[in-house]
Amino acid sequence: MTVQSPSRTRSNMNNSSRNDGSSAEETSKSRWDPPVSALVPKMKTVDLHAYFGPAEVLKGISLPIADKQVTAVIGPSGCGKSTFVRCLNRMHEVVPGARAAGRVLLDEQDIYHSDVDSVRVRRRVGMVFQKPNPFPTMSIRDNVLAGLRLNGERPDDPDSVVEKMLRRVALWDEVKDVLGRAGTGLSSGQQQRLCIARSLALEPEVLLMDEPCSALDPIATARVEELIHELRRSYTIVIVTHNMQQAARVANFTAFFYLGTLIEHDRTDVIFTRPKEQRTEDYITGRFG
Amino acid sequence: MDRRHTDREYESELELLRDRVLLMGAHVEEVLVLAMRSYNERSVSLARSTINMDSQIDQLELEIDELAIQILARRQPVASDLRFITTTLKLVTDLERIGDLGVNICERVAELGADRSQSAHDPIPRIADVAQGMVHDALDAFVAGDAVKANQVIDRDKEVDAYYASLYPELLPRMMSNPSVVFESTRLLSIGKSLERLADHATNIAEMVVFMVKGQDVRHSGTTNPGSHG
Repeated sequence: MTVQSPSRTRSNMNNSSRNDGSSAEETSKSRWDPPVSALVPKMKTVDLHAYFGPAEVLKGISLPIADKQVTAVIGPSGCGKSTFVRCLNRMHEVVPGARAAGRVLLDEQDIYHSDVDSVRVRRRVGMVFQKPNPFPTMSIRDNVLAGLRLNGERPDDPDSVVEKMLRRVALWDEVKDVLGRAGTGLSSGQQQRLCIARSLALEPEVLLMDEPCSALDPIATARVEELIHELRRSYTIVIVTHNMQQAARVANFTAFFYLGTLIEHDRTDVIFTRPKEQRTEDYITGRFG
Repeated sequence: MDRRHTDREYESELELLRDRVLLMGAHVEEVLVLAMRSYNERSVSLARSTINMDSQIDQLELEIDELAIQILARRQPVASDLRFITTTLKLVTDLERIGDLGVNICERVAELGADRSQSAHDPIPRIADVAQGMVHDALDAFVAGDAVKANQVIDRDKEVDAYYASLYPELLPRMMSNPSVVFESTRLLSIGKSLERLADHATNIAEMVVFMVKGQDVRHSGTTNPGSHG
């Protein structure tokens, strides 16, 4: 006896074809995070545009950054996600020919206002880069203090600052006996945590992380991700990542950028289980043309 | 726009999974069709041969579980892919149970034998029609990603429940007036119970389809109104 299913074929099983029958309702019941509509913003961009010369790379981004939460920015190469985070601490304008328009609010104050000192902004909004970049001529200890010294500060008790920051990034036990050695002698994962300690020494309120784990092996990545979980108790974190699993693991909220526009911003669990926008769905499931 | 995955191997793994669920669903429906044909035609031989089909269904359940777990482990699916795979994993359990209930019906048909009494009004076929229709439509809804059809299946479960509830009061007077039909009537009750339960499993599948399509969990809600959850 042959068994057939004449009315069903593979072609009509495309699971992206939908017949919802009613408008999609937000029925999310996350056990962890509030809905995106209820987030308390630490920062907020309002119609943010960014340019490199005549090329517009951000086309009016309005996005709240939740206070003491992790926000991930994902999207294909060239979507503007790195430019976006560089606008959050006025690093974008450092590039010759680059400029930004629109507003970026930090505690409701526009950081692009003419009265605002960009150096002061960068103290409050720190940054960690893709490639661990400890200062090569400096010891581990001096690397931690480098940011403070560049800002002209001489802490009363530098050793306690060094210990506190290295403990905060869970590096103290690994390096406490070799503080005088060059920072570049550490493993890449340790170097990245050292760079995070250097940023934290300036006591920022917001920490921007641009692909912080892309140069790290899975164990070092797990350590940095564990650190991100710890840091979010005290800091607002924005992480740019190509690794969607990383966004899913560490972020409370996720924003999907495409061609310089914000396509969708929602709780991470919503984005990765039932995104509202087809372009988000196509990108995260790997259907992007 | 082409909605296939950029990674064709991933796409083919998902297609293979869909195909296997499709095949399993077709086998299950076939068992039900043959079970009811054996009932209607009083064919003990057909009932017995249909019982043997269950092993194919069991085998497909194992195969689908293994495929789905492999995809979860290797692909870390998200969004609609994640909902499709988790739905598949749960759906096969209900499908397998429906197959078992079809086998149960065949076993009762075999016990009844070819010489059962003629009843002017046999309530079993009408329950079977609705229950089989629900299984068919739940699988169609899964194939087409059709939440409207899935919701209609969920609503029809009440109809089967009502038919089943009326079965005992219908058979009881017969059993009381004629003890010789007690053996037969208890088998009919058992067949009715199997049909009622397989309609419940079809309802479970339909609820999973709503989740797969809309990302919305409608189980244990007592309603299919999507606006009432949340």
